[in-house]
Amino acid sequence: MVKRVLITLLALALPIGVAQAQISDGIIKIGVLNDQSGLYADLAGQGSVVAARMAVEDFNAAAKGLKVEIVFADHQNKTDVGSQIARQWYDAEKVDLILDVPNSGIALAVNQIAREKKKALVISSAASSDLTGKACSPNTVHWTYDTWALANGTGNAVVKTGGDSWFFITADYAFGHALERDVEAVVLRNGGKVLGKVRHPLSTQDFSSFLLQAQASKAKIVGLANAGADVTNSIKQGAEFGIVKGGQNFAGLLVFITDVHALGLEKAQGLIFTETFYWDMNEKTRAFAKRFAERNRGIHPTMIHAGAYAGTLHYLKAVEALKSDDGTRAIAKMKEMPTDDPLFGKGVIRADGRKIHPAYLFEVKKPAESKYPWDYYKVRATIPANEAFRPIDQGDCPLVKK
Amino acid sequence: MSSLLGIPAQALFGQLLIGLINGSFYALLSLGLAVIFGLLNIINFAHGAQYMMGAFAAYFLLQWAGLGYWWALLVAPVVVGLSGIVIERAMLRWLYKLDHLYGLLLTFGLALIIQGLFRNQYGSSGLPYAIPAQLTGGRDLGFMVLPNYRAWVVVFSLGVCLGTWYVIERTKLGSYLRAATENPALVQAFGINVPRMVTLTYGFGVGLAALAGVLAAPIYQVNPLMGADLIIVVFAVVVIGGMGSIMGSVVTGFALGVIEGLTKVFYPEASNTVIFVIMALVLLWKPAGLFGRTQ
Repeated sequence: MVKRVLITLLALALPIGVAQAQISDGIIKIGVLNDQSGLYADLAGQGSVVAARMAVEDFNAAAKGLKVEIVFADHQNKTDVGSQIARQWYDAEKVDLILDVPNSGIALAVNQIAREKKKALVISSAASSDLTGKACSPNTVHWTYDTWALANGTGNAVVKTGGDSWFFITADYAFGHALERDVEAVVLRNGGKVLGKVRHPLSTQDFSSFLLQAQASKAKIVGLANAGADVTNSIKQGAEFGIVKGGQNFAGLLVFITDVHALGLEKAQGLIFTETFYWDMNEKTRAFAKRFAERNRGIHPTMIHAGAYAGTLHYLKAVEALKSDDGTRAIAKMKEMPTDDPLFGKGVIRADGRKIHPAYLFEVKKPAESKYPWDYYKVRATIPANEAFRPIDQGDCPLVKK
Repeated sequence: MSSLLGIPAQALFGQLLIGLINGSFYALLSLGLAVIFGLLNIINFAHGAQYMMGAFAAYFLLQWAGLGYWWALLVAPVVVGLSGIVIERAMLRWLYKLDHLYGLLLTFGLALIIQGLFRNQYGSSGLPYAIPAQLTGGRDLGFMVLPNYRAWVVVFSLGVCLGTWYVIERTKLGSYLRAATENPALVQAFGINVPRMVTLTYGFGVGLAALAGVLAAPIYQVNPLMGADLIIVVFAVVVIGGMGSIMGSVVTGFALGVIEGLTKVFYPEASNTVIFVIMALVLLWKPAGLFGRTQ
């Protein structure tokens, strides 16, 4: 059954006769394509739409004579649904930029479609490092993070503090596979070993069987190569089966603040993971989070939402400079212009489409350390921008000349 | 240590036990479905949503009224069951004379609306609900750590399943219920209020779903989508067991839990499809299900 919700918001409708010959049909149309109803709906979902709208407001498009419109749709974590929406948007509904796209399987498909149709794609949610590796495209920017960065941040930190034997519980699709592969490489490179792995279907309720296998492996670290509700269910049930009491530790390889909020600090305390954004970093991020939460049921922004905001802002700057919303040229312009936004600071986008900024190793606070709502993380380490992401020559991206 | 196909026997015991635990959820849920289908001829697709409402009711009772798990076990099924009675009185009773399809469509629509409302309000990450203090911790059985709470779930749901079976198959009340499905007009002629009995039966079936929801709340997150993921599997269980067969749904529920558990050891990627493969095979071999009677 098709339960596609599509609400259109005319963010700005100033009918002034500014010359807009280069903007196709006079409107810059941004389509947020993500999971609006499933297990990733809190970490991306409506929040990404709110973030994109805030970017349009902060860019002050009206004063610049640009009309920007935002639409959104639910891909239901189904690749065929996502691909079909992307095609329809690019072909029939004059969408110029598709934004967000959680679920690496769908992101890789849309990546291909954007390339075929010479349109723009800015990815915030999807994690697979293949998007700037062998699947890299002149039409795609990968903004927030990727599996290599997660592996590099969390994997290194865990192995160096003694966690040298691993068991993976992996979501059985493109994202889980990529994350497991990238973390395994880090573990092996640091002299650790992988004792076993098990792959579970996306959106599993009961993890006890997998947890038991992890226990039987006697690995020191149980690496969770999954996301969203799959992570929270794994950790919650892990406590029940005494994983941590038995001397093993969880490594949440991709954890969002919405997951920590859902688990509660009692269960989540001590978890270590890598992210590229936390709302409570500085004045600018706090101001953003306050405005965002007011418009998003009190949910504070995840790094996905921050990436959707910053990516939209930079895209609009590129279109303004170019005076055109042609997809391929807009992405090229985005790569050419240095980035500067209140959430990620100054940065660049590489030729392979990888946005470069620092990453942070966070630790979840103990309940006693949390002073106010959503006060959840402390920074364990900052990974500088030039070390946070895979070196450009190691990704096998055909766009990069060796 | 002895082993089977490369899996140590000890690990296998653990997996069997876990299969039994998951099976008890399947059994409880499919039991409610079987009761409703057997007596009302309604395919209750809202069952997953009502299971979810049971878990949320437990959460609300704790947050708003300070009533803990044990109270929730008692109160949540009653409250959600009452909501079921309202649905039966207001909507379902108009559909009894129509094709099954209408009941299915109505309850499916209700399920989508209820889930949508909860998701809108509470998001998709779920809300935390703790295991009751008396049942935290676990026992080391040698081959695995058995969490106390899970042991409780198996025992409790087995008790509920057997109790329900006994009431329907072995008591006078049960015989009225069964007679009313066969020939409502005749039973009415004996002076029994059949419509009220049907209403209460639906309420009871829904209450069973809510009870399963309360049992599930401490294990999984209290999540608006928790029922949507489960309901399809539970329907497969009911179909395999035979629509309307009470014993069939209970036995099949536990058995499929075990089979699914074993799949998670030998080929985890297939763990969410194995039940449907079995369903297809059973339907080819016995179209009425394992315990069903062909009419």
